[in-house]
Amino acid sequence: MDLLTPELGLFVWTLIAFLAVFFILRKFAWKPILSSLHERETGIAESIAAADRVKKEMGQMQAENEKLMMEARAQSAQMLKEAKEMKESIINKAKEETKAVADKMIADAQQQIQQQKMAALTEVKNEIGKLAVEVAEKVIRKELATADSQNGYAQMLAEDIKMN
Amino acid sequence: MRSGRLFSLLALTFALSSAPVFTFAQHEENHENAHATEATAAHEGNHEEKKEGFNASEVIFGHIGDSHYWHLFDVNEHPVSLSLPVIIYHPTKGVEMFSASKFHHGHESYNGYHIEKGMKEKIVSEDGAAIIDFSITKNVLSMIISVVLLLWIMLSVAKKYKKNGTMVAPTGFQNALEPVVTFIRDEVGKPNLGNKYMRFMPLLLTVFFFIWINNLLGLLPGGANFTGNIAVTACLAVVSFIVMIFSANKHFWGHLFNPPGVPLGIKFLLVPIEVISLFIKPIALMIRLFANILAGHIVILSVISMIFIFGALSKVAGWGFVPVSLAFSIFMFFLELLVAAIQAFIFTNLTAVFLGQAIEEAHHDDHAHAEAGHH
Repeated sequence: MDLLTPELGLFVWTLIAFLAVFFILRKFAWKPILSSLHERETGIAESIAAADRVKKEMGQMQAENEKLMMEARAQSAQMLKEAKEMKESIINKAKEETKAVADKMIADAQQQIQQQKMAALTEVKNEIGKLAVEVAEKVIRKELATADSQNGYAQMLAEDIKMN
Repeated sequence: MRSGRLFSLLALTFALSSAPVFTFAQHEENHENAHATEATAAHEGNHEEKKEGFNASEVIFGHIGDSHYWHLFDVNEHPVSLSLPVIIYHPTKGVEMFSASKFHHGHESYNGYHIEKGMKEKIVSEDGAAIIDFSITKNVLSMIISVVLLLWIMLSVAKKYKKNGTMVAPTGFQNALEPVVTFIRDEVGKPNLGNKYMRFMPLLLTVFFFIWINNLLGLLPGGANFTGNIAVTACLAVVSFIVMIFSANKHFWGHLFNPPGVPLGIKFLLVPIEVISLFIKPIALMIRLFANILAGHIVILSVISMIFIFGALSKVAGWGFVPVSLAFSIFMFFLELLVAAIQAFIFTNLTAVFLGQAIEEAHHDDHAHAEAGHH
């Protein structure tokens, strides 16, 4: 068939045109287009990777921050607790100490009171005894002013001794 | 999945288009002799012949064939057309150049040459010498227009890339082109050519856009049937074939001429088959594009011609057929728009597949096998 036989003229023109287009486009179109496409794609991929990395780092930092916060909180709670305990213990200790001091003071006072009391009592006893002896002396002097009364008394004393 | 759909679409196109091709081919063969004699003596008999009725095959083959005129329309039976430059190489007279208008639409001879209108328009030397016609024909001019368009589009887009830098979002035509370029790179280049795809990307992109833009220009009313011409597809196929041959590696040739792991007797059978298959590859490329585009043009023209065929029978039938014919031809135009891109893609893809086969490196176990054999 006529349609199936290629004409040399058209073949040659096509070849020339195609090769010209190919070489021109290769140098001035495809190279820059493909290279900038490639650059853009790698750039985008890198940016995404960098963003991911930053995101991960942010996450890590946040986690760290949270951990630090938790620790700080725990620490402050601990400190508060310790302070409370310390306060209580100090108060208790002070209470005990004052109590001990007061007790001691009371005891001392009581002892002193006892001593004073005892001294006073002894003094009073001594006074009373002296008075009694003086009275007795006066009485006895008066009663034993006679011989009979002296005898009677001696006899009464002797009877007391016998009875004992 | 996608290739399956693609193939069914192709099958549909073939089914739609092959029937008219063959019927017209037969029709043409039957009438060829009579037609040829009529054409040579057309000058006087022109009016009578036209009045006899509408000659669909003449119209169709006039459109799909190459011509030394760019025929635009007829005014009162007189064709209005652009006369293109004729360049002829004559073995003894050398190169001659003159306008095709000197032939007066093929009715007169000039300088010892005349136009012969068979299925194809041909310039014949009256002294019987085997001349070579390098004329800037309709197809060549159409190609030049497409080349200018292609260069203009691509270079302006490339300039935009250079101007805007790489990290700026594409705009305008650059934006339209970029997905196509990345499609060719990611769907055609990378899967077929592996990591060496960058070496062949310029070829694949040029082939794709060259075919596509010419397919589209061919669809314009009055456009040339450039990619539906076998000389064009043959040229493109030859370029692909030559690139394939020159980039083929040792592994490819080794498998071609000395298939490993095959008994000697089978080798005598296998090597010729492999050699034939090597040459069938570009032929397949050539035929596929040619037949598809030609068929599309013929179908559209046939559908349009039906109006005039029915019109020649009776005016009512002609007008009655207009909506049917228009609807069908609009459908065909859309299909051809699709086919224009698909065929460009298929040509590019098959080129990539063949190149991929040619540059394929030895597989790992093959390599180990060969080394074991050496020791």
